[in-house]
Amino acid sequence: MHTGSGISIWFFIGALLTIYGALILGYGVYSLAAPPERPPVLHELHAGIWWGAVLLVVGLGYSYAHLPGKRS
Amino acid sequence: MTHLIALSPLDLAIIAIYFAFVLYIGYYLKGRATTGDDFFLAGREMTAWIAGLSFLSANLGSLELMGWAAAAYQYGILAVHWYWIGAIPAMLFLGIVMMPFYYISKTHSVPGYLQLRFGEPSRALSAVTFAFMTVLMSGINMYSMALVMKVVLGWDINFSIWVSSITVAIYVALGGLRSAIFNEVLQFFLIWFGAMLVPILGLIEAGGFAGLRERIIANLGSDAYTHAWSTLGSFNGNPMGIHWTGIVFGLGFVISFGYWTTDFLVVQRVLAAKDLRSAKLAPIIGAAFKMMVPFIVILPGLLGLAVLPFHLTGEAEAIATGGHSYNEVLPLMLARYCGPGLMGLGITALIAGFMSGMAGNVSAFATVWTYDIYRALMRKDASDAHYVAMGRWCTILGVLVSIGTAYLVMQFQSIMDYVQALFSFFIAPLFGTVILGMLWKRATPAGGFWGLLSGTLGSIAMWAWVKADPSAIGYIAFSEHAKDMAENMYRGLWSWIICVGVTVGVSYCTRPQPEAALTGLVYGCTHIPGEEQTPLHHRPAFWAVAVSVVFVILNLIFW
Repeated sequence: MHTGSGISIWFFIGALLTIYGALILGYGVYSLAAPPERPPVLHELHAGIWWGAVLLVVGLGYSYAHLPGKRS
Repeated sequence: MTHLIALSPLDLAIIAIYFAFVLYIGYYLKGRATTGDDFFLAGREMTAWIAGLSFLSANLGSLELMGWAAAAYQYGILAVHWYWIGAIPAMLFLGIVMMPFYYISKTHSVPGYLQLRFGEPSRALSAVTFAFMTVLMSGINMYSMALVMKVVLGWDINFSIWVSSITVAIYVALGGLRSAIFNEVLQFFLIWFGAMLVPILGLIEAGGFAGLRERIIANLGSDAYTHAWSTLGSFNGNPMGIHWTGIVFGLGFVISFGYWTTDFLVVQRVLAAKDLRSAKLAPIIGAAFKMMVPFIVILPGLLGLAVLPFHLTGEAEAIATGGHSYNEVLPLMLARYCGPGLMGLGITALIAGFMSGMAGNVSAFATVWTYDIYRALMRKDASDAHYVAMGRWCTILGVLVSIGTAYLVMQFQSIMDYVQALFSFFIAPLFGTVILGMLWKRATPAGGFWGLLSGTLGSIAMWAWVKADPSAIGYIAFSEHAKDMAENMYRGLWSWIICVGVTVGVSYCTRPQPEAALTGLVYGCTHIPGEEQTPLHHRPAFWAVAVSVVFVILNLIFW
């Protein structure tokens, strides 16, 4: 679904998830080196790393599939 | 005052980026909201997926998320009925049976359909009550969200109310329904990605669903909290004090069908679909995801029962003892599992939920006010541009009235109970009027109007009767021990019966309408395009059956 000739809503979603994924994954990796003072329960599973990666992959996928100008 | 969660700069950045995105989408779509159809119906060009996801998103307000997580903590898995039997049959019925009439009639709103079918008086009655109730409900949701933000994050109530509602006002006023819908789809993704980690990590901690069940039994000494149906044989056998007949007929039939098929807040999203097939498919897509929402709402509540090291209580007790209330269970679970970044995402999910619900309210209010009240009763022949300008202004006005309501509720909290009761007055009778209008040719304009009015007045009278004499609940809900929820359901059922009875009676006493006047509005007078040429996997009915099968399996699994 495109907004007429412009940007698809799916692209907006992809872009936002990409940004979030990068930030959360980045912090997850950083927290390996510098663990938080009060770690949450199950911190040892490093949810930030894999959830951030999931967001990043989904976000990049959507962004690429619905790049502005590309026919979907 | 101490608060539950301290946000890191990363969390704040995630929330700020979200605000920037929704505002940009509104600004970006501004140029595409120039005609009435663009502004109020999003140009009728939405795909089934976009209409379906926004249909669900408009319903997934933050109260919906936090309130039902709280209900799951309080009543156990019974809360799941509000997502399954209390939603799925009605959503499928809307898609398969009712949507063709809404869509083919080319109406822009539910009161608009009543005008086509039953004339101006029915429209005026439903439009005025809907507009009034929508802004009031919106204000109550706003206050409730701001209160949670204060408790959880320590944010100032005024700050939460003004920042979030002004943002919604800006993006809806700029881009109209298209902007509301696009943002709702974005918010849908954020709600899922922000909230899904809690049940995933919670199930890991509890040792899967079996472990969760064992922990709850160990903590509460009862397995009634993890069974959806097997405890409903008597009023006393389950934490909600409810009988299965109340769930099936009161919730599953009247309340649920009333809400999902006639509340314009949700129906408006589907009216924006690009063709009839998409309009039929959209509620079915919505139903498929609605069925999964308990994973991010009910499960965290149950996990709270299983893993939290302290017990949550009602709001009053929590304030008195300095403990936490049921309403905080979802933020508490977020705080339990989410570190910096993920916490920001979780809070963004809650804010997104609030904003999608509010955008739903104000865009529906703007349409009903402009088309069904202003154009119908005040200024019939202005230009299209004039009505679009009116739509923009009353989006802002709707938000301001909601803010006013939020402050009113802050002063007089009992208003909240009254308004929620008020909302229930209109929904059940409206369903009676609309369903008879669509399926029964003999229903006349007088029958429709008097049925709707008497059903609504009957509901108000029953409510007032119980307020004046609490023992009257024994007559209305068949049990003097019935709780508020049971009272609402039975009152809904009675008011629906009154509405249908009066509509049928008055219709038989008045002259029937000629069939030509009913074309495109009523079953038997409307040509609904067949789907013989459509491949099976593109047919709405096929997917409705698939959703029904999953619905039955889920109920059996959690029986």
